[in-house]
Formats: sequence, structure tokens, C-alpha cells
Amino acid sequence: MENKATREGYGEGLCALAEVRPDLMVLDADLAAATKTSIFKKKYPEKHFDCGIAEANMMGVAAGIATTGKLVFASSFAMFAAGRAFEIIRNSICYPNLNVKIGATHAGISVGEDGATHQCNEDIALMRAIPNMTVINPADYVEAKAAVLAMADYEGPTYMRFGRLAVPIYNDESTYKFEVGKGITIKDGKDVTIFATGLMVAEAMEAANALHEQGIDARIINIHTIKPIDRDIIVKAAKETGKIITVEEHSVIGGLGSAVGDVVLEECPVPVIKLGIKDVFGHSGPAKDLLKEYGLCAENIVAVTKATLGK
Amino acid sequence: MDKTIEKQLMIDAAKVRIGIIEGIHEAKAGHPGGSLSCADLLTYLYTHRINVDPQNPDDPNRDRLVMSKGHGAPALYAALALRGFFPMEEMKTLRKIGSRLQGHPDIKTPGVDMSTGSLGQGISAACGMALSAKVSCDPYKVYAVLGDGEIQEGEVWEAAMFASHYQLDNLVAIIDNNGLQIDGKVSEVMSPYPIDEKFEAFGWHVININGHDFGEMEKAFNEAETVIQKPTVIVMRSTKGKGVSYMENVVDWHGKAPNDEQYETAISELKAYLAELEK
Repeated sequence: MENKATREGYGEGLCALAEVRPDLMVLDADLAAATKTSIFKKKYPEKHFDCGIAEANMMGVAAGIATTGKLVFASSFAMFAAGRAFEIIRNSICYPNLNVKIGATHAGISVGEDGATHQCNEDIALMRAIPNMTVINPADYVEAKAAVLAMADYEGPTYMRFGRLAVPIYNDESTYKFEVGKGITIKDGKDVTIFATGLMVAEAMEAANALHEQGIDARIINIHTIKPIDRDIIVKAAKETGKIITVEEHSVIGGLGSAVGDVVLEECPVPVIKLGIKDVFGHSGPAKDLLKEYGLCAENIVAVTKATLGK
Repeated sequence: MDKTIEKQLMIDAAKVRIGIIEGIHEAKAGHPGGSLSCADLLTYLYTHRINVDPQNPDDPNRDRLVMSKGHGAPALYAALALRGFFPMEEMKTLRKIGSRLQGHPDIKTPGVDMSTGSLGQGISAACGMALSAKVSCDPYKVYAVLGDGEIQEGEVWEAAMFASHYQLDNLVAIIDNNGLQIDGKVSEVMSPYPIDEKFEAFGWHVININGHDFGEMEKAFNEAETVIQKPTVIVMRSTKGKGVSYMENVVDWHGKAPNDEQYETAISELKAYLAELEK
């Protein structure tokens, strides 16, 4: 499988989107080369606006643009988009329910060497708590690009999370269709369901293969839309497999695990084991080593699944 | 300015002030001081400057006004009522359950162009509107009203840099410099002075005026129309609580409602003043 970062899908997706939405405007905060809006900027320089290192103002500017009916994306690292600009996103974008799309790259621990100040493991929790907000976390390059393109006719504030690290492309671009709010069953299974999101989907798929060899039939579901979450697919999994494991490159507080847990608790209580960053800060190091260290890898998913099933 | 026009503006502003006081008294909460200080400005803008149509509040070609100092909502609502967006009588629903007149401006209310209230944010949205107009060559203008305490927010200066960088000459910011904020004098809480020189250093065209002189107001906005490739800021010296004797320049009246007795005093003062003008 070819490896490519989801942020590349973001940049390419913006170019594809501009073809169907000529009113598109893209904002960045001095990180175009890293967020990959540079790809868009090269093709559409007159539609790309650098706001400088001023994320709060950028989000407000995006809100103002959206009031005039144009489609606008505001880009930065997850830390500065969801973190620094949180209150502007809440009060200037979500409260007036404006059609602003936030492209947040370099999410999670896989930022790597930059260390804890840049490894945002709290953005999903922050964003999903705000009324009117949609939260999308694509798993590979193809899904990322398709998700951005799907914004052509998806109204409302949307937070889109992308990664820095190149990860396997497992979707087929020629056939893949992105549907907001729909979980995707990648592999059916009856013993346990593993819900994964973002970069963890590929790890979960690898884990499923290893589990299969050990006689465990795991269902693998990709939750690319964390809000609104696909309640039906969760309830069905809870009823049919009885045990659930969630895997995300995000804090175990408030992310995918919490979102899945909320549904399970209300509709069909079964054990939910949450794999994620366990309420700690990260530190510098190569992304892949960090993912291993924090247990966000196929090996640990296998180990946790076996332990959960008592095998 | 023509004396007849000026007199009509004074009459309209008095009606706006009565609306403000009635709304806040009825709500038993709100911000009279900073509403009264910008009542003249908003009356002038909505009767003489801003191109809006109450019958078509979402007209894409309308001028925009962002009430960045969102706690001045009663002044905005009363000015919108004066302009015909809704009846002045509706001021009495201010801050009540089910009312369109929320404690701070809500974009869903007819005539309100942006939800505001968290200080420092409105000016950024105004920049976005002005940039959008530039991109699609739309002729509309964008006005943003800020408090002098509000400009202590860092986001205001991010926006100031942005507006100047993108040469937003379709944007006019007005600083309601009434000199007071919740904790006291702005000069003592955290001095923003010199406001004019700061904006000048950020690349803005700056005009200083008396915020209760309609003639100066008209000259300033006419001058702003002639400025190219730069945003304009009008630093407007004003009196907090203007028009109600016991509220003028008293910090306590930043964010509390008059009781029944105080309300009677305020309303009779304003109504007597209005009657004098209408003689």
C-alpha cells in the first residue's frame, strides 16, 4: 500500500472543491506549506489568504466571509485551530451557525518531534462539545480528499482533522464515496467490534488480520464522522458482538471512545474499552515510536482485544 | 450639517435612548451606559449612512454593521427599530424568554449582521465581510462599532493588522471612547491610549471626533468614503450614559438596570428633552 498523509488529501481536496465551488476562499495562518493549503495556493493564488500567525482573527474573518454566502476554509494546526481559537469558533462560527470549514492538520501524537506543545490530543473533545459543529476525522488520503469535496454541499460549521504522518492508502479513489455521519464497516466480525478513527483505522485493520490468525473474529468499523455519530452502526455492533474497543489518536477523555460510549450507555450497555492517550502530555520523538509507546499500534490493539475477550 | 436634519437626528436619537431605557428597565438587566454613549452614532448610521432595507434584511448588497461591542445591543436594537426592522414596542421584550432581542446581538434577529458579545471578535468578522466584498467586487461597506475597553483584546490588533494588510478601504471601525469599563476608567484598568496613534501605526486612516456632534459625524464618514487602500477608524470621544443625568460618566451604570424610581427619572428627562425638540 502507498503511504500518504491525510493533510495531502486536504490540499488536493481543496483544489477539487474549487472546481465545483468557484466561491471557495481558503485562509491559512502562516502554515500553508505544512497544512498543504499550499497546493491550493499554487493553483488558485487569488483565492488563498494568509492571515499571519493570528488564528483568533482568522476564525473571525472566516465567520465574516461565511455571512456573505461564500464557502470558506480556515486552516492551521489542530492545536491552534481548536485550541487557541476555541472561543471564536464557539461564539463567532457555531453560535451563528455559519458555513465555516476548519481544516486542522498535525493532529494527535503523530506530530512527532515537535513535542507536547504541538501534539493536540484534545481537539475532538473541544469541537464536539460545541452545538451545531460537525467533526470529521478521515482515515487515509482518499477519504480525506473525498471528505473535503463532500463539503461542496454540506452546510454548517465543520471541523476536519488531518494528520502529518504518511499512512497507508487503503481506499480506492475511483470508487470511494464519502457520506457525512455514516460509519463504514471495513470488516464484519462477531466476537468483538473495534471502532477506529483517523490514522488508527489502518492499525485496526492490521490488528484484525493478526486476530483472525489467532481465531478471533473482530468487526472493524471506521468512524470518520465523530459528530453527528452513526448511532445505528454502534447499537448494532453492541447487540451483535457484545464487546467494544475504541481506538483513536486522541485523549480518552471526550473523543471517539466517549462518543461511542455515550451511545452504548444510552441504548445497549456493554463493555467499552477505550484506547487512546491516557490523560497525559506527549513528548518529542519519531511519530511511529511515539504511537507504539502510547499503545496506538496494531500490536497493542491485538493485546487489548485478547485481554478484553479473556484470551 | 443642515439644522433641520440635525434636529431630526436629535429627535430620533432621543427616541432610541427612550427605547434603550425602556428595554433595560423591563428586562431588569443590561448595559445602559455603553448603549447610551453610542446611541447618537447608531441613530446617524441607520438613518443617514447605512444602505439597508428593512423589507429585505438579507439583501446581499446591503451595507453591514457589526456591533463588536455586543453589550451595546439595546442601542443597536433601538436603532434598528427606528429604521423599521421591528416595532420600537418590541424593546420591552429585551432579554426575555422567547424574544428576538437577545442579551447580546444574535444574527437571527432581522437587521443584525453578526452575533457578537464576546469582545474583540466582531471586528474580525467585519474584516471577513469586507474582504469577501473585495474578492467579488461588491460595492457594500462594512461598519464595526467597538468599545474603548474592548480594544484591550489582542484579537482587535490581529484584525487591525489584517484590515490594513488587505487594504480594506470598504471597512470603517468606530471606537466608542467613553472612557469607562466595568472595573473603572479605561486609563486606569489598562490604558489603550493613545488610540489614534496606535491605529495609525497599524496603517489605518484615523479621524478623531466628538461622538455627540452629528455634524462632525457626517464629515468623518464623508472623509472615510474618500480614503483608498486603507481602512478608516473613527475614534469617537463620547459620554458614557449620555442623555440620562445620573448615569453620565458614572461607572456603576455600565451593566445594571434602573429600578422603578430611577426609570421614572430617566424617562421623564428623556421625554422632556424630546418634547422640547419637537416643539
